Amino acid sequence: MTELLFFVEVVVAGLLAGTMYSLVALGFVLIYKASSTFNFAQGAMVFFAVLAFVGFMELGLPFFLAFIVTILLMGLVGYCTERLVLKPLMNQSEDTLLMATIGLGFVLEGLAQAAWGVEVRRLDLGIGDFPIQWIIDTFGLFVSALDLTAGLVAASLILGLSVLFKYTKMGLGLRAVADDPGAASSIGIPLNNIMLLVWTAAGVVALVAGMMWGARAGVQFALVDLALKALPVLIIGGFSSIPGAIVGGLIIGATEKVLEVYIGPYFGGAIEGWAPYVLAIFFLLYRPEGLFGEKIIRRV
Amino acid sequence: MKSNKIFMEYTKNDLINFLLLMIISLLIIPITVKSGYWYSSILIPWLCLALASIGQQIVMGYAGQLALGAAGFMAAGAFACYNLILRVPDIPFFVALALSGLIAAAFGILFGLPSLRVRGIYLMVATLASQFFIVWMIDKFGWFKNYDSSGIITAQDIVIMGKSFTSPLEMYLVIVFVVTVLTLLAINMARGSTGRNWMAVRDMDIAAESMGISLLRTKLQAFAISAFYCGVAGALFAFTYLKSLEPVAFDIKLSFKILFMVILGGLGTISGAFIGAAFILLFPVLLNSIGNNVFHGAIDATIISSIEQVVFGVLIIIFMIYEPLGMAKLWDNIRLKFKKR
Repeated sequence: MTELLFFVEVVVAGLLAGTMYSLVALGFVLIYKASSTFNFAQGAMVFFAVLAFVGFMELGLPFFLAFIVTILLMGLVGYCTERLVLKPLMNQSEDTLLMATIGLGFVLEGLAQAAWGVEVRRLDLGIGDFPIQWIIDTFGLFVSALDLTAGLVAASLILGLSVLFKYTKMGLGLRAVADDPGAASSIGIPLNNIMLLVWTAAGVVALVAGMMWGARAGVQFALVDLALKALPVLIIGGFSSIPGAIVGGLIIGATEKVLEVYIGPYFGGAIEGWAPYVLAIFFLLYRPEGLFGEKIIRRV
Repeated sequence: MKSNKIFMEYTKNDLINFLLLMIISLLIIPITVKSGYWYSSILIPWLCLALASIGQQIVMGYAGQLALGAAGFMAAGAFACYNLILRVPDIPFFVALALSGLIAAAFGILFGLPSLRVRGIYLMVATLASQFFIVWMIDKFGWFKNYDSSGIITAQDIVIMGKSFTSPLEMYLVIVFVVTVLTLLAINMARGSTGRNWMAVRDMDIAAESMGISLLRTKLQAFAISAFYCGVAGALFAFTYLKSLEPVAFDIKLSFKILFMVILGGLGTISGAFIGAAFILLFPVLLNSIGNNVFHGAIDATIISSIEQVVFGVLIIIFMIYEPLGMAKLWDNIRLKFKKR
């Protein structure tokens, strides 16, 4: 019984950690849906956003003000990206855009470090990374409060975004732009506003993801490498699906934890580093479009 | 140069360029450059990384497969070479080098398999697996490191025909030899039917397939040859520049660096690999010396490296927008302008 309980604990910890991957993947999906761009810089945006947030806090801004200011800053970053990088590259091949966003990622990482330094920062959200007593008492499970918060925050973000896309006029416009930018702008949908909204939303998601991770592991450059793991999540979930990002994150999180705990010791551990990517390769062999992605149709 | 079936016909211009480069690299540089710093900190890493960039160029610039795992293959090559020299008695250095390239090529084929199904960022994620897996494997299995617990292994001396090549100049000459041979080979492949197949697949794979080019063969060949170049480059890099073997040296940052060399240097050109490698390697040196000499160390070293990152990123975006073919094309344009006058 204790073994089963331990397994459940591992899976739950994996699922909750997976929601952090989901959060990064979510920002990716937002931008992909709106502009068909693989935004490789999403990981760098996570780093940039949370470093900016910590930087503003250090300047003495209260929590909420720092949060707002960072969101405005991310909106500005999105605006500049849209104007200076994506506009001039309109109608270029996907690979060209991808390479440009890799460049963008380096710019953001460099700027963040130049502005706020390279040392590891602590971020205290007031939520401890320790098990909740109530859950231990009722279920006998050790579940970290931080993990649980991350899960709840991710769930509410997704709910909020889904409502935004489904039921508001802005969301309708966004879906129109995603379908066909030319047709959308010809019937008077303000393309620029929509893009600004999407990039700001991606910035908010990046900030939240960064805060969750930063609270656990400290705000440091390693966040960028962790954020790379959002890529296998996207492959499993599909690039254009919000539920896909969530499910993919959960699958990756749970699988890598289970593998690490049960198989890792035979190989000296640390298989978390590559297991998600290998998992993604197997997924690619069977369902290249991902669990929830649209079927990829290529024409000559 | 005698032309036969293996080697392509060369024009007079090619021959002159080749002789000129050989004279510069084998006569002028060894005679004029005396300080070891130039060899061990600039020329040697430049040539090693340029070789790795040729590998990246083949798979990305010629075959059009977006791969991001060059450093993983370099690690495979470096540790293969270390183990071959350690475990096979009296193995000639060049044989060990070629074999380590082949071992890297085997990894290249294995991790190139996803390219048959996917492209673009999907492929990039799949090749990231090679990067993380190979480095992890070397790190976790003690055999590869000969059960050395310190984490840093000193590389063996390069011994060719009983003579050891240990001074910077000697090592430089070994590298010039290897790089010359492999670059000539690469130019041959790129200009020949192999390269044309790669480019056909890059430009439109479905059209290429309908013309009778086997995608399976062409893509895997590109991955294998690319990994071979990276493997040899990794072995040389570890044996002559790092002088030690540690998996950490071949992390994802190096992969990104090599990717940048290829993008900035110019996709689809061999010269681009050399230009890009020179730029990525020299720019930080330049920036550091500006920091030291103009601002006298008033700017923090971490700030300088951040600036470096920003500049690389901005340059990539600018090149993607204005000159997707990189510095090699820029250089061509300048030359043409002068020729017209």
